[in-house]
Amino acid sequence: METLIDIVKIVTVMGILLGVVAYVVLLERRVAAAIQNRIGPNRVGWQGLLQPLADVVKLVMKEDIVPRNAHRFLHDLAPIISISIAMTTFAVIPFGDSITLFGRTIKLQIADINIGVLYILAMTSLGVYGVTLSGWSSNSKYSLLGGLRSSAQMLSYEISMGLAVIGVIMIAGSLRLDRIVEMQSGWMWNIVLQPIGFITFTVAAFAETNRHPFDLPEAEPELVGGYHTEYSGLKFGLFFLAEYSNMVVASALITTLFLGGWQIPYAAEMGLSGNLLSVLQVGAFCAKVLLLVLFFIIVRWTIPRFRYDQLMSLGWKVMLPLAILNILATGLAILLIG
Amino acid sequence: MHLPVPIEYYLALSAIMFITGVTGVLARRNAIVIFMSIELMLNSANLALVAFSTRMGNDAGQILVFFVMAVAAAEAAIGLAIVIALFRNRETVFVNDMNILKW
Amino acid sequence: MDFERIFFFATAGVAVVSGILTITRRNPVQSVLFLIVNFFCIALLYLGLHAQFLAIIQILVYAGAIMVLFLFVIMLLNLGDENTLEEKSGYRKYIAVVLAAVVLVQILTVVAGGVTGPTGTAAAGFGTVEALGETLFREYLLQFEATSVLLLAALVGVIVIAKKKVI
Repeated sequence: METLIDIVKIVTVMGILLGVVAYVVLLERRVAAAIQNRIGPNRVGWQGLLQPLADVVKLVMKEDIVPRNAHRFLHDLAPIISISIAMTTFAVIPFGDSITLFGRTIKLQIADINIGVLYILAMTSLGVYGVTLSGWSSNSKYSLLGGLRSSAQMLSYEISMGLAVIGVIMIAGSLRLDRIVEMQSGWMWNIVLQPIGFITFTVAAFAETNRHPFDLPEAEPELVGGYHTEYSGLKFGLFFLAEYSNMVVASALITTLFLGGWQIPYAAEMGLSGNLLSVLQVGAFCAKVLLLVLFFIIVRWTIPRFRYDQLMSLGWKVMLPLAILNILATGLAILLIG
Repeated sequence: MHLPVPIEYYLALSAIMFITGVTGVLARRNAIVIFMSIELMLNSANLALVAFSTRMGNDAGQILVFFVMAVAAAEAAIGLAIVIALFRNRETVFVNDMNILKW
Repeated sequence: MDFERIFFFATAGVAVVSGILTITRRNPVQSVLFLIVNFFCIALLYLGLHAQFLAIIQILVYAGAIMVLFLFVIMLLNLGDENTLEEKSGYRKYIAVVLAAVVLVQILTVVAGGVTGPTGTAAAGFGTVEALGETLFREYLLQFEATSVLLLAALVGVIVIAKKKVI
């Protein structure tokens, strides 16, 4: 029975995640159009709501081109690594407290492991392989440069990301993500206690997901398409999907770690309880994640790209010292205030 | 403490992996592969340490693994920096081409 | 055969095969990939040994950082070209294999004699972050600080070595 519940949870979350990702692509195109004073895709379905379906059909029907002298196996493997790592990260994120269905209390989290934060850091550190291998196996100089840039960038920002989380771990005293969310009841969200940690983590998350203004690995004007220049059809689609799932996962992570996860302030005072509260909590979690996704999109279309040396000096000379200072300050505060 | 299989199996696996690493260091000429073989040897030692640690129910072995990982990280970073410096001067990563101190 | 045994033998088999492939592939990129497979197998074995923290650290440090560094250097030096990777090792290869086989037989003979020595029962929470943290920061604090000095030295050394011109 437990296994069955787990399978149902996994399938539901995966399905919802894929659906959300498909519509985030549409959202991005519509927001970009609005910012650039265009209309954007509105032909397929009402207001373009069936556009993701049309995109998928187009990508699947396209010919799969593999460059000459490319490493065939790795060329196929790289997008699979990217997408599967983006998906598995979601396994430990709690999207609600617990819900009682048919007399059985179900925790709204796929895997409740006691090293959740480390699991997430491990998974994000593996994400670099998809990009690096695609860059190397394509046998193309643009792809190679994109892959090189991305591995250097992701290695650099991973450190500040990990250090930014340490402040949160120190406050919660646990690596369990559900415990971290429980600590943030009411308005005691970690963004209040850890403003510097929040900023460093968010900036590092932008860099880790290769989003603007850190999208150096696929900088179109310099590198054609970066690491996925030589990909087409379904495999390109997988990279595309991985990029947007990474964005959703990063938003979910920021929500969980800093914005109170599924917590709704004053829920108990308003007399909410039981399954209604659980559903509302899931709704609150989704709302926070969607707002962050919108933030990601708006940043992409309003801020210009960094130069590569600016990116590196920001990572090593600004973010890293800030994150370390944040740890020091948090430690001092815990020592003095308790 | 309970082990899934007798500890001898872990030691045998550790020995095989260690010897694989030794063979790599002795037989290969590519400096980067030699470094990877060293990582393999360090990992096989780690496996034996963790197996003994679990058998004795004492986590000192796991702490030692932690230190070995730190040393491995430092060693890999320094080693690769040396490889890059050599490549810049000699245009090769093969250890038998790095013979300017021989006569 | 129960599940734990099957799990051990499957993981160990993959670990041995990937280890051997690591040292026999001519292309270093393939070696790196097989070594990552090997590290994953070791992480799984750690999980079977109730060392969850080390398992995740194994993936985080080895697969996530060290091997990325290897891959990065291989790509930076552009060593992917198969034609320039021919190695001239000749007879040395065979001597190495014979020597290694002799040592392996010796070690396995010793191991087959059986391991004696103390066994013990662990306290609750063995292998968790809390337990390891207690041991690390109470009993091995000095060693921990020494490791951080070592890492700092490595950091400085790498920058000096890899710099184009030392001022």
